[in-house]
Amino acid sequence: MKHLISALVQNKPGVLAHAAGMFAARAFNIDSLAVGRTDDPTLSRMTIVVIGDDKVVEQVRKQLAKLVTVVKVQDFVGQDVVARDLMLLRVTAPVEKRLEILTLVELYNAKVVDICAKSVMVEVCGPEAKIESFIDSCRQYGIKSVVRTGTIAMPRTSKTVKV
Amino acid sequence: MSNKSPSSGTPAPEGTRKQGSQIIVDTLAEQGVDVMFGYLGGVVLPLFDKIYDSPIKFIIPRHEQGGCHMADAYARASGKPGVIIATSGPGATNLVTGLATAMMDSVPIVAITGQVRTDLIGNDAFQEADTTGITRPVTKHNVIIKDIKDLQKTIREAFYIATSGRPGPVLIDIPVDMQIAETEVVPPSKIKLPGYKVRTKGHARQIAVAAEAINASSKPVVYAGGGIIISNASNELRAFAEKAHLPVTTTFLGLGAFDQSKPESLDMLGMHGSAYANYAVQESDLLIAIGSRFEDRVTGKLKTFAPHAKIIHIDIDPASISKNVHVDIPVVGDAKTILTDLIEAVEYRQRDEWFALIAKWKKNHPFNYDRKADIVKPQYVIEELCRLTKGEAIITTGVGQHQMWSAQFYKYNHPRQFISSGGLGTMGFGLPAAIGAQVAMPDATVVDIDGDSSFNMTLTELSTAVQYELPIKIVLINNGYMGMVRQWQELFYGHRYSCSSLQNPDFAVLAEAFGAKGISVDKKENVTSALEEMLAAKGPCLVDFHVEREENVWPMVAAGKSLHEMDGLDIFESMA
Ligand SMILES: Cc1ncc(C[n+]2csc(CCOP(=O)(O)OP(=O)(O)O)c2C)c(N)n1
Ligand SMILES: [Mg+2]
Repeated sequence: MKHLISALVQNKPGVLAHAAGMFAARAFNIDSLAVGRTDDPTLSRMTIVVIGDDKVVEQVRKQLAKLVTVVKVQDFVGQDVVARDLMLLRVTAPVEKRLEILTLVELYNAKVVDICAKSVMVEVCGPEAKIESFIDSCRQYGIKSVVRTGTIAMPRTSKTVKV
Repeated sequence: MSNKSPSSGTPAPEGTRKQGSQIIVDTLAEQGVDVMFGYLGGVVLPLFDKIYDSPIKFIIPRHEQGGCHMADAYARASGKPGVIIATSGPGATNLVTGLATAMMDSVPIVAITGQVRTDLIGNDAFQEADTTGITRPVTKHNVIIKDIKDLQKTIREAFYIATSGRPGPVLIDIPVDMQIAETEVVPPSKIKLPGYKVRTKGHARQIAVAAEAINASSKPVVYAGGGIIISNASNELRAFAEKAHLPVTTTFLGLGAFDQSKPESLDMLGMHGSAYANYAVQESDLLIAIGSRFEDRVTGKLKTFAPHAKIIHIDIDPASISKNVHVDIPVVGDAKTILTDLIEAVEYRQRDEWFALIAKWKKNHPFNYDRKADIVKPQYVIEELCRLTKGEAIITTGVGQHQMWSAQFYKYNHPRQFISSGGLGTMGFGLPAAIGAQVAMPDATVVDIDGDSSFNMTLTELSTAVQYELPIKIVLINNGYMGMVRQWQELFYGHRYSCSSLQNPDFAVLAEAFGAKGISVDKKENVTSALEEMLAAKGPCLVDFHVEREENVWPMVAAGKSLHEMDGLDIFESMA
């Protein structure tokens, strides 16, 4: 089962190495890892997607929290979270297929960000399932390249209206 | 041998600028370091130039691994952090085994390594190694200094991290230019590490729930680990066991945490533990684990471990809780603090039936060996050593059969008396550990009970003992085999002794060559006199005991077996 873990870490050199090394040393199965700065320049946020049962995820959470440079760890299991992936995908788009592809892009609420003679680059953002489904839909045209950020996530508060 | 000449010793006034190397030495002194271990090299020369004038005593091992084990045992014996210094590249990589050993057994060490100049890092410069990369999994934390302004603060943080919470080694990698550059001296201030929280006090409600379970239990067992020793909680453990009336077994690393001469002591549990400890755990209705981590050598087959017991787990490391077994009542915090609270809440229970059963097991299945044999039995040597030292010596060991016999046949009454590599099982630990312990405890009798193969790995440190006039003793249990490996080959590989014996030197002669005293024994009747002569020797002394070559360690819980399924008990009985 996939779990989302979010860690607030110090924005220092070596922090990513400490976390990544720990995952490898303890044979944790990491599906994706996204890191970026927060509003506080001394802190970064890591969002980790882990595959495993509750016991494994509990260990991931505790072992992460144990790292000196990790400030806070949250497991989003059972919580209502907004989870997003960002993807750039370049797909072969010969003139005769272009309209079809553009329709697909529109359907997915995605965006064309670069066009050249033989292909287009599309930016897609959304939950993982949407990203996967977009990839599947593009296969028939020929995918040239895919780049993804890995999932980032934030819990909804009970007061927030779902959008 | 001295590195020192008089030093001013007065703290620098604020705003003073000093070289990084001077700041390192001053900050070590400020942290209470009075002895350190280490080895020279190009990129630590600026630092050693300041050590030359420092009052801190310096011990130079013959190999950085030895130095790291010395710092480790110094810490285990004294309770203070050990300090080890090494140069970049090979100096730093030689520390890896020592750091991993300390990491596994939660020993506080501050390691300082030199590094190539910051502008050369990543260029494959001469003697460059990615030290923080290599040592990351074997340290509690590590840092490379890239800005001289961070240096002093980082050293203070290193001591704090190494010694607090679940202790462990912390490494600071310091490029040579950081040692030469100058910066302003900063006064110590409160340590701020937002990502590092240590919880000492146990949760009051959890403690109440634990006390309730203890008071209600009719067949409880305390399973105490090295955490008791680290937390200096032996007195509290004794008071707790007395007040609530509980039998206590310890792990290998917990030996000394509970006085083994007490009737409540079940001695060590686990793979080569006592039958009575293992039976008691398997029969118990409540297991009270304190500062122990349910390691596989302790639990045997996990599925059938303590099958009837509710489990209380007291530990400072939340990650240790429910890692291997499911814990019913976790209490996170420091053992000493929690035990102090728990003592208040528990009540005395008679538990006559339970103690009668335990007494029967203890009587029927003591640790034993063939006492009538004519040949020198390794267990006999250790029993005699225990008798002659009145159970008061500090014992260090290598790894193997002799290590297990040292745990079974020497009886420990005090914490910090038994110093051995439990978690990593590092052969070669014994001799440097004895040196480190003797440095920490100059007046104690320190004996390294070693195996021939283990001793071979770091025996060069004999010359360190001689140089610094450290009167350590070595009881070499020489069976001419990697005995523990041979035992497994005998039992599980059909007596095929593949590559498990080495041609040994004449160890007594070798000891003499180093300038130590050397004695060789191959007759049972000479064991006692040789031990007496060794203990009376003023300086370092080695006795090479040629023991029964194919003796086995019993009892034994074979891999995959439950804790009560011990082999070898029949052998005990036939000798009783
Ligand atoms: C550095 C290292 N290498 C290998 C091992 C595996 N090992 C465990 S015990 C042992 C044999 C130890 O022989 P010796 O020191 O003579 O002790 P004995 O078992 O004979 O008492 C070996 C090779 C180890 N624990 N450590
Ligand atoms: Mg041997």
